Amino acid sequence: MDAAAVPLLRLEAVSKRYGGVRALEKANLVVEAGQVHAILGENGAGKSTLIKIVAGVVEPDEGSMHLEGREARFARPADASAAGIACIFQELSLIPDLSVSDNIAIANPPQRFGVIDRRRQRQIAEEALARAGANDIHPLELVKDLPLSRRQIVEIAKSLARNPRILILDEATSALTAADVAKVFTVLKRLRSEGLALLYISHRMQEIAEIADQCTVFRNGRNVATYRAGSKSDQEVVEMMIGREYRHAFPPKLAAGNADKPPVIEVRNLSWLRRLRNISLSARAGEVVGLGGLDGQGQRELLLALFGVLSGVTGETLIDGKRVAIKSPRMAKSRRIGMALIPEDRKTEGLMLPMSVRDNLSFAGIDRLSRAGVIDRSAERAAVDDMIRLLAIRTDGTEIPVGSLSGGNQQKVVIAKWLALSPRILLLNDPTRGIDVGTKQELYQLLRKLADSGAAIIFYSTDYDELVGCCDKVLVLYDGAVKRVLTGEEITERALIASALNIETQQREAGLSPAIPT
Amino acid sequence: MARIPSALRRIDPAAATAFAFIFILLIVGSFYSRNFLSAEYLLQQLKVASFLGVIATGMFIVILLGQIDLSVPWVVATGGMMSAAATAYGHFGEALAIPFGLACGVALGFVNGFGVAYLRIPSMIITLATNAVAQGLMVVHTGGFSPQDSASSAMRFIATGETLFGLPNALIVWALVGGAAVFLLNRTTFGRYVYAIGNRERAAYLSGVDTRRVVMYAFAISGGLAAFGGILLAGYASKAAQAMGDPYLLPSIAAVVLGGTSILGGRGSYLGTVAGVILITLLQSILSVMQMPEAGRQIIYGVVIAVMLLLYGREKLQR
Amino acid sequence: MKEWRYKLAECRGALIALAVFLLLFAIYGSNHPAGFTLNVVTTAANKGVLLALVAMAQTLVVITAGIDLSVGMIFVLTNCVASAIVVGSPWMTIFGVIGVLATGLLCGAINGAIVIFGRLQPIVATIATGAVYFGIALWLRPQPAGSDIFNSDLADAFTGKLAGVVPSSLVALLGVVLLIWIPFRRSAVGRDAYAVGSAELAAYMSGVSVRRAKFVAYTLAGLLSAIGGLFLAFITYSGEASAASGGNYTLFSIAAVVLGGVSLFGGVGSAIGAIFGALIFRTVGDLLFVFNLDPLYQPLFQGVVLFLAVCLGSVRLFQVRNRLDLFG
Repeated sequence: MDAAAVPLLRLEAVSKRYGGVRALEKANLVVEAGQVHAILGENGAGKSTLIKIVAGVVEPDEGSMHLEGREARFARPADASAAGIACIFQELSLIPDLSVSDNIAIANPPQRFGVIDRRRQRQIAEEALARAGANDIHPLELVKDLPLSRRQIVEIAKSLARNPRILILDEATSALTAADVAKVFTVLKRLRSEGLALLYISHRMQEIAEIADQCTVFRNGRNVATYRAGSKSDQEVVEMMIGREYRHAFPPKLAAGNADKPPVIEVRNLSWLRRLRNISLSARAGEVVGLGGLDGQGQRELLLALFGVLSGVTGETLIDGKRVAIKSPRMAKSRRIGMALIPEDRKTEGLMLPMSVRDNLSFAGIDRLSRAGVIDRSAERAAVDDMIRLLAIRTDGTEIPVGSLSGGNQQKVVIAKWLALSPRILLLNDPTRGIDVGTKQELYQLLRKLADSGAAIIFYSTDYDELVGCCDKVLVLYDGAVKRVLTGEEITERALIASALNIETQQREAGLSPAIPT
Repeated sequence: MARIPSALRRIDPAAATAFAFIFILLIVGSFYSRNFLSAEYLLQQLKVASFLGVIATGMFIVILLGQIDLSVPWVVATGGMMSAAATAYGHFGEALAIPFGLACGVALGFVNGFGVAYLRIPSMIITLATNAVAQGLMVVHTGGFSPQDSASSAMRFIATGETLFGLPNALIVWALVGGAAVFLLNRTTFGRYVYAIGNRERAAYLSGVDTRRVVMYAFAISGGLAAFGGILLAGYASKAAQAMGDPYLLPSIAAVVLGGTSILGGRGSYLGTVAGVILITLLQSILSVMQMPEAGRQIIYGVVIAVMLLLYGREKLQR
Repeated sequence: MKEWRYKLAECRGALIALAVFLLLFAIYGSNHPAGFTLNVVTTAANKGVLLALVAMAQTLVVITAGIDLSVGMIFVLTNCVASAIVVGSPWMTIFGVIGVLATGLLCGAINGAIVIFGRLQPIVATIATGAVYFGIALWLRPQPAGSDIFNSDLADAFTGKLAGVVPSSLVALLGVVLLIWIPFRRSAVGRDAYAVGSAELAAYMSGVSVRRAKFVAYTLAGLLSAIGGLFLAFITYSGEASAASGGNYTLFSIAAVVLGGVSLFGGVGSAIGAIFGALIFRTVGDLLFVFNLDPLYQPLFQGVVLFLAVCLGSVRLFQVRNRLDLFG
């Protein structure tokens, strides 16, 4: 590559503030054509804001952007799109009630006599789908009827249909199976050889290792390092991301004394539609049970089923050896059962963002803080203060909206809300997603402490390190069924990945198609 | 920033704006006629406002949930007509007139609530349907004519009498209802759940709240309060009338919204609703004193609402 | 063939509404004391078309996940305007008609502007504008009245029968569908409207012009209401500023829209479904008359039918397996 050539995209000293929060602080970035440029950094490091600026969703407060040497300023996504920049966001930009074909050509559809030329549009859609390696998706299918992994592929096809010069993927593969990811990478590599510049944001180090040419690490809104892919070890990279020495600090595991107690929760042959098949598991007091396997194999659904959110669940659930039928979260949280669920998306499922920190903290247990329906305010205040102290929640008082807290502190509020009820069974649905490393450490300590004081914990995580570091037992799921159980020393990252992939290979070889994950 | 006393800080800016407007209206009115600032006139206005106030209280709770209640017109009428009808049944009937009217309203409210909470029918449409059914029932009951039953003495008492320090009873009734509503929303678990559901029903459900029951009860309360408004109106006029509830639907929604409550739910204070009710009542009264023809009144009414909302009812810019 | 499955799913709501309407109308026609004559059909058509037009207007706004509580008032206002200016010589009449339609367009545009640029919620914005439009109507026609030189020939042409065979009102409705609805639906703006109603943020991020879509939807809604108001003038030869009528048309249009399979949440449904929804609504009312039931029971019957229809629409509920899906 000619060193004197003008880079395809250059950002210089770009800054953006949201209220008092500095999302980007004089950030720089250089992107060359024909390269895959990976962007790493923790959540809150500024990656998403950077991408939004490049894609025209927001405008920077300071700094400039140059496209092929010429200054560019995008007031809206359509401008960026017209300049040849296509972006695949984490929150998909697909319209659920429209068809795949409509979605792919949503902006600037082909027109004839003032109306949309449906035939031509369908051609474009089919070409784009083929380019994205998705031949199993029918163009007339409504997006809302597609599972999440198919939607992500449609999103990719949609971007390709615009023949972009720069393609940005923001965590675009999170719900894809390994096979899908391989297909997508083939597409991306081909695009790279055709001269596209690709910006790839992901947490998955393996993917970055495979696809990236250049890497840039962001921390606290600044570009802290740019280097050729493969020239730094994972350890070094993580340290650049968190800015300090990184130690795998997981607290020690199950105290031997608990090993022979009867299980607090036992599940036998639990099934739900075709997504959960005959799952059996058990967890004792003090035990941390992990759910592993590739993303989307039913782990989330299992937790929802246990918590009473799904209807039509068959099989048995036993609490303390007695059969129970949990029909709603309300039943699950009752004193007799004592279950709690930390949900997947804290912003839409765990918190009421505009309501105060106090309201959110006391919410799950508010009926226990009341007499005859009237809230005992001093009891509430005491409980709230206790929780803030216990979990070291950093907040400017209890009356501010919980939406103004950082992601890590928000998650702490969600957990504290449930801890106030002293649950005996704690279900966690990917609790440390999008949380900074410091808070993660605190959460691991907390989980172990809760287990030691007698709780049974069932814990789904997409982070192998966590499963290895926290769990006493891991159930590897595939296609809604438990395919392997790893205990104690058997739980290693290699074993987890291997069993997840092995299973997939076995299934494929046996001619069985993989489940369509959500 | 200067230290604003915490009591003042908690006053919703929207409610404050609404009160400011009330103040302005009074000043403007006083240029027209000195009477505007007299205690009699103000008390009379507050009495008239009480009817709308009681109805708007129910609407407030429903809007906090993120829903709407379009059955107000005929639930009001049902409350008025049924309580007047009960009065015709001798002493026993007269004593039970008010509770009976309330019970009818609550029953209709439960129907709405069931439809919204358990059948997941959009509130706009189920309450429209309930309104139509209630109208149908009342038309059959009255035979299409104006209802002839008169209100019970109790009804007339609470609507037109004056006891405490010469304050109109209707106003006291509104104050009691409002006080109960504030207590319910701020000091009870039910109220906490209402705000939570209006904010994010999903999160409330996953926190173990029986959201369906809360929604159903909220609509039942709204129905009861609308019927109560009808009972008061019937007491005031000494009898019920066809379509007596029609003039109260849009004003009750407007009053709640003008008070700063978000139509999307989860946010709002009762004080704002009070301000909204008084504002609308005053506006209608001033326009009628000015002998403004109905046409002009409607136009001004619409313009005032639009302008006030543009001042503080706007959604945030998405970027 | 898989293709047909998708195309069918697309107009499912409208097809169901059509089927229900045909059934009801068959019952109505066969039991009508005057028999299933063309006159009976024409009268029914005239009444039905009025609500159908207002329902079409409401559909456009509801598709964008909005609601227009002023459609009934625009209907009333344009009716009053029509009674005053659709008069005299053919040229005057033409300008009069244009004037009426322009009034509707203007009202709709004002609604759109307030919702988009004022960033007010549609429900409250249109309550306010509805009051204003009604006030203007009342100012124009304090008493119901018509003009002496009202062009009754034009009126009769639209309310009579075409070639003595088909009710002209239905032909006119068909014309509106072909000239306004279909081009809108098939155009980029129309699709944008669906996109905005289905997922506004995703639409914005996809480069859809959210403002343009909403503005066109509200403006066209005003136009359709105006056509309705014009048509009412053709039927009654006069203009009446009736608050009850305006309020009823607004609320009935919402009912018609729902009966026709349009989702109040936006993004789903078609104006053709709304037309059948309106016709269903009207026919139900007339059925009572036909069965000689006490007219006293008509409002109750209509109310109960609406109620049941709305409840039936939620039968889909029982298939929900993940309760989180209920919360959207």
